[in-house]
Amino acid sequence: MSEKADQIFILLKDWLVSFLPAGWQHVAGVLLCVVMIVAVYPGLFALAVLLERKGLGRMQNRLGPNRVGPFGLFQPIADGIKSLTKEDIVPLRADKVVHFLAPVMLVVAVFMGFAVLPMGRNMVLVDLDASLLFFFAMGASTEISIFMAGWSSRNKYSLLGAMRAVAQMISYEVPLLLSSVAIVMMTGSLSLVKIVEAQNQYTWGLPHWYVFTPWGFAGFVIFVIASMAETNRSPFDLPEGESELVAGYFTEYSGFKFALFFLGEYVGMFGISGLGVTLFLGGWSSPLAVLNVVPSWMWFFSKVMVWICFFIWVRGTLPRLRQDQLMNFAWKFVLPLTLLNLVVAAVWRFMGEGWLRWVVCSAVLIVVYAGAGLSEMRRKKFGPRSYRYAE
Amino acid sequence: MSVAFWLIAALTVAGALAAVLLKNLVHCALAVTAAFLGLALMFLELDAQFAGFAQILVYIGAVAILVVFAILLTRGSETPEKEIGVFSRTWLAGLIVAAAVFAVLGWAVLQSAAGLPHEAAVPAVSVQQIGQALMGQYVLPLEIVALLLTAATIGAVIVAMHEKGDAQ
Amino acid sequence: MTPLGGYLLVAALLFAIGLAGALTRRNAILVLIGIELMLNAANLNLIAFWRFSPHPEALTGMMFAIFSIAVAAAEAAVGLGLVISIYRHARTTDLDKMNRMKG
Repeated sequence: MSEKADQIFILLKDWLVSFLPAGWQHVAGVLLCVVMIVAVYPGLFALAVLLERKGLGRMQNRLGPNRVGPFGLFQPIADGIKSLTKEDIVPLRADKVVHFLAPVMLVVAVFMGFAVLPMGRNMVLVDLDASLLFFFAMGASTEISIFMAGWSSRNKYSLLGAMRAVAQMISYEVPLLLSSVAIVMMTGSLSLVKIVEAQNQYTWGLPHWYVFTPWGFAGFVIFVIASMAETNRSPFDLPEGESELVAGYFTEYSGFKFALFFLGEYVGMFGISGLGVTLFLGGWSSPLAVLNVVPSWMWFFSKVMVWICFFIWVRGTLPRLRQDQLMNFAWKFVLPLTLLNLVVAAVWRFMGEGWLRWVVCSAVLIVVYAGAGLSEMRRKKFGPRSYRYAE
Repeated sequence: MSVAFWLIAALTVAGALAAVLLKNLVHCALAVTAAFLGLALMFLELDAQFAGFAQILVYIGAVAILVVFAILLTRGSETPEKEIGVFSRTWLAGLIVAAAVFAVLGWAVLQSAAGLPHEAAVPAVSVQQIGQALMGQYVLPLEIVALLLTAATIGAVIVAMHEKGDAQ
Repeated sequence: MTPLGGYLLVAALLFAIGLAGALTRRNAILVLIGIELMLNAANLNLIAFWRFSPHPEALTGMMFAIFSIAVAAAEAAVGLGLVISIYRHARTTDLDKMNRMKG
């Protein structure tokens, strides 16, 4: 019974495709999966937008939207209708072709990443040998579209926002990739399906998720920080900081194109959360061996939603980082720690099974991370605040 | 030859032509990004998946961004004056040389068309084989490329750094 | 025209276009774009020959192309750093104006 619930989407697809002649079945199956992905993730996007507005509202001691529907549940529908019917204003001196193509390119690049995420047992659209590399290649393509958006608007604020965003994204791309290299080293494969299968084993009922190992936990922390910066989420959202740059690189966008940017940003967040879940949190495997009765895709989506809630929580809690603080943090703090994580993962692999490698690796990581963190804090003197008033 | 090949070739050549012919520098940079994408698709068509994805990651994700930043930092996005134009004084010589090179290469390819293999089995290359080759037979080039990249990083930073006493 | 011949012709065309761009444009950055196109055309040649070679499991062509991609990225970085440095000194990126060795 749970086996059927687990594979329900595969069985559904096979049943629907069986109505077609044999030559068309493979193509139709793939197209059906693509349609499912393109339909499900914007739906999750609506849910995430609602969660964000209500959640942020509660954290800021106010109610979020609560007019449209019970507890504001139909707010995304109202937002969608608003975006679709707003007038599409393009600045007179803007570069029309590039202005039009930028949101399109962003949405295409972020949706391509979902082609390789394993969303459940046997539920991956394309099982590539180098699927992790493909995902990162698609993530790198989003940077060009952000630059296109900022430059084509012929607006100083947009350009500044776009350059900041691109500089931030390329800086944090390196820790993102390096923290996944440790995972690849352990699994011995770039294929996301194999990475999840390697984590799907249980010892004494506890899973072999990589986040439960010392190097995996350190890598997870780095991945979370880097993924927050990659998707321009608070506290790394200076490029779209409302109080500084109007709206950053999508200042001059209105109506449907703005909705596309918004969609692209959130779906990108889902994509990178999905990758993080696959790499560190075991993908579709359940936390305890006894909970395997729950379908695998349900585990995947719940883990992704937990990650999104964590993002929203951090957005409501931490203040924004300044551009130079952000870049310093990336190059001088996160990158050396990522390299150390890689070395510790290598040490783990070559030390062989046993309790000794746990102690050694944990000790090294804790000492260095805590030491680095404390030394960073000690350098800044936190005293009572002094005010300067205009004379 | 398949439709896919012709479409991808058309995209690549169109992107390359646009990159060298357009007046606005940023348009040229975006056109060359399209050419890079076309090349990545060609690599995928040739069953070289690792090279194709590496091409997207490195060229579109890094080199194109570098070019765009350089254009912005050197005020290249302002339109050039009408009387000077975008092509150099010696453009005819350059065009003749490029046409001659293409003629020679094209003649060489068409001349040897008889000896080129028609069909070849799809090579089953896995990323693990690439990794083992990189660590086994090609470990020396790998280390040298690592040194080269370090030297290039340090060199680029030093070359582009503000000198002391320069007006900011 | 065999498939391999088709790929080689496209690579030759790209090389010629890159060469034309590097030789005829004024702006230094477009020269660099032309150079990148030439390097890409050479990579295409390498991969095409690797694909149709009698021993593709030796991976020589693919390795060559991957190293070439890495080196080209490094060279683009240094080249663009040079262009930015020259712009700071000469206030122009027009190569026709930089025809003196005197600084």
